[in-house]
Amino acid sequence: MDKELDKENLDEKPDTSQNKAEHPDDIIHEVTGSEYKYGFTSDIDTDIIPVGLSEDVIRLISAKKEEPEWLLEFRLKAYRKWLTMKMPTWAHLDIPPIDYQAISYFAAPKKKDGPKSMDDVDPELIKTFDKLGIPLEERAALTGMAVDAVMDSVSVKTTHREKLAELGIIFCSFSEAVRDYPDLVKKYLGTVVPPTDNYFAALNSAVFSDGSFVYIPKGVRCPMELSTYFRINAAGTGQFERTLIVADDDSYVSYLEGCTAPMRDENQLHAAIVEIIIEHRAEVKYSTVQNWWAGDKEGKGGIYNFVTKRGLCRGDHSKLSWTQVETGSAITWKYPSTILKGESSVSEFYSVAVTNNYQQADTGTKMIHLGKNSRSTIVSKGISAGHSQNSYRGLVKVAPKATGCRNYTQCDSLLLSSICGAHTFPYIDVLNDSSVVEHEATTSKISEDQIFYCNQRGISTEDAVALIVNGYAKEVMNKLPMEFAVEAQKLLAVTLEGSVG
Amino acid sequence: MEYTDNDMSDNLLLDVKDLHASIEGKEILKGINLQVRPGEVHAIMGPNGSGKSTLSEVLAGDPAFTVTGGEVDFHGMDLLSLSPEDRSHEGLFLSFQYPVEIPGVSMVNFMRAALNAKRKYFGEDPMSAGDFLKLMRQKRAIVELDNKLASRSVNEGFSGGEKKRNEIFQMAVLEPRLSILDETDSGLDIDALRIVAGGVNKLRSDDNSTIVITHYQRLLDYIKPDFVHILYNGRIVMTGGPELALELEERGYDWIKEAN
Repeated sequence: MDKELDKENLDEKPDTSQNKAEHPDDIIHEVTGSEYKYGFTSDIDTDIIPVGLSEDVIRLISAKKEEPEWLLEFRLKAYRKWLTMKMPTWAHLDIPPIDYQAISYFAAPKKKDGPKSMDDVDPELIKTFDKLGIPLEERAALTGMAVDAVMDSVSVKTTHREKLAELGIIFCSFSEAVRDYPDLVKKYLGTVVPPTDNYFAALNSAVFSDGSFVYIPKGVRCPMELSTYFRINAAGTGQFERTLIVADDDSYVSYLEGCTAPMRDENQLHAAIVEIIIEHRAEVKYSTVQNWWAGDKEGKGGIYNFVTKRGLCRGDHSKLSWTQVETGSAITWKYPSTILKGESSVSEFYSVAVTNNYQQADTGTKMIHLGKNSRSTIVSKGISAGHSQNSYRGLVKVAPKATGCRNYTQCDSLLLSSICGAHTFPYIDVLNDSSVVEHEATTSKISEDQIFYCNQRGISTEDAVALIVNGYAKEVMNKLPMEFAVEAQKLLAVTLEGSVG
Repeated sequence: MEYTDNDMSDNLLLDVKDLHASIEGKEILKGINLQVRPGEVHAIMGPNGSGKSTLSEVLAGDPAFTVTGGEVDFHGMDLLSLSPEDRSHEGLFLSFQYPVEIPGVSMVNFMRAALNAKRKYFGEDPMSAGDFLKLMRQKRAIVELDNKLASRSVNEGFSGGEKKRNEIFQMAVLEPRLSILDETDSGLDIDALRIVAGGVNKLRSDDNSTIVITHYQRLLDYIKPDFVHILYNGRIVMTGGPELALELEERGYDWIKEAN
């Protein structure tokens, strides 16, 4: 694997499209001025280790989780490398300084003698999920969805495990995977995102708390959508999730990740890693709906979301689809990427990124074509409102020996105010003659004329914005699994809804 | 024909009294008086810049304009106090001179949102998908609008004629009490003009009224007005029957300008 390609590091180049105008649009401003609907903190006893980061803290985390020696070594190696690294500055983001010594690196909900059934689960926790509209057991039963609920750092409950186990599918928390399937974890951990890949990946590798592990054996089609709900819930606690998905030959799985977070005054750091390995003819669909707290209207507070997500299409004819709807976080730094190593492997990236108020997002994808005749599609839809800044950053790279490759990129921006920014940073690097790369980009704005036209036909301003935004994002929404698509549509409307009445 | 008749004022659909409106501090409407009864067709003509489009936009509630004086009664309601969407629900329809494109929103979704918003306003349940599609089919036929156009995004990539047909199609679906057609004939070839005017005529009844804003007599050959008003410099300076439009066609506007 080419080390150069692994870096979450793309040279800065000038904008290809930039749109800043002078006058705020009052109507649209009103519509886009909504408050975060999921702002609350649930009151659960949390076991937090003191703030600060050192080798001792890492040893403590590893000891608390009763980890094997090799994993402690993995963490320490990453930590030592991290100490030598600098936070990346190439993104189109204004990131306030982060005091890594002021963060607590481990928080677990205290076990009250260990819940044995739903009745034993902390009622506060269940209330939290209820507020989010995720009644765990009902949802699991009604939809047949397996839910591995991650609250802060430790998995609270996993359902449907037995049913999946019959098929040989492993779906469990990362900690359990380390305990029960150490060989599998050791074999794949860090193979797609090396511990030294980038600043935030190194930090995660040093202090990761928990996450999910999925293994789909050869020839097995996972019969249900696998779902994990992440929720950051302890004050001042960085969240360092680790997800590892392995799809063996001829297997299939659809994995859903959804997030909301409670309102909070101080900024919270989130640096997750998702690694996906896809073998011959296997297929993985990875869908995300992200709605972490974005800060208030003045840009105070909110989550910093610095995530490294990467999949390796290792086998021939393997396929990876990324679908993301990003509405939350104060700052997003996220580039779900695919290394298309297998011959005729395929990857897709469908993204809707919404920024409002003072949110900043620098997000996109990398498609690294190493295998012959590999194909990729990128459809990115940015929506900017308020004072926000929304950037698409993408790399399409085709290696010299990767002949016959195809990429199609479509990159659209929709502006809802005259004071927001939409930026596009596409990088294309094709090193052979037989590959074809296409790039299309558009920028549009919801105009007062459009709103008045809708009003004249009896459609309220709020409904008009929802109609236009959902129409614009339709192509991506259609890629989401049904349950998620409905939620995501509501989320788009809620994110941009305001006090018009 | 005397068009003001105080004895019949209880039967007015629209009663505009001394309406003043401005944009960015500049007064465009300088005291408009206009009365429209159910079933009537009024044509408003006048040279460019006289305030014809402003009048239609102010009546529809375009926030770009500020009403600085006057009153408008719309079947017993204070029109100026209603939001643009409530004016729509109450039966005011504006066929835009320049219909805007709304990419990504299909005509079907757009019309369903519009129709259901109106039903909600009157406390009715949303229309079922089956009934809605049937209604769309019926109304499309009135302006010979292609099924393909109805499934495309609102006005996106429509020709000038298609956009105007689409406006009349929406009018047919929403069944307004008062339709204001703002230069619906501009940019239409003779066939499209015939189809659009035919659509308007099919929708005429004793209960609903139409205000036709136009530069040209030719539209009035198809949509016969009961009254013709000449708007000049923000005021209605002359009112007459259909013969006034013919006179304008012959003499132009200069004699109006000179007289005012």
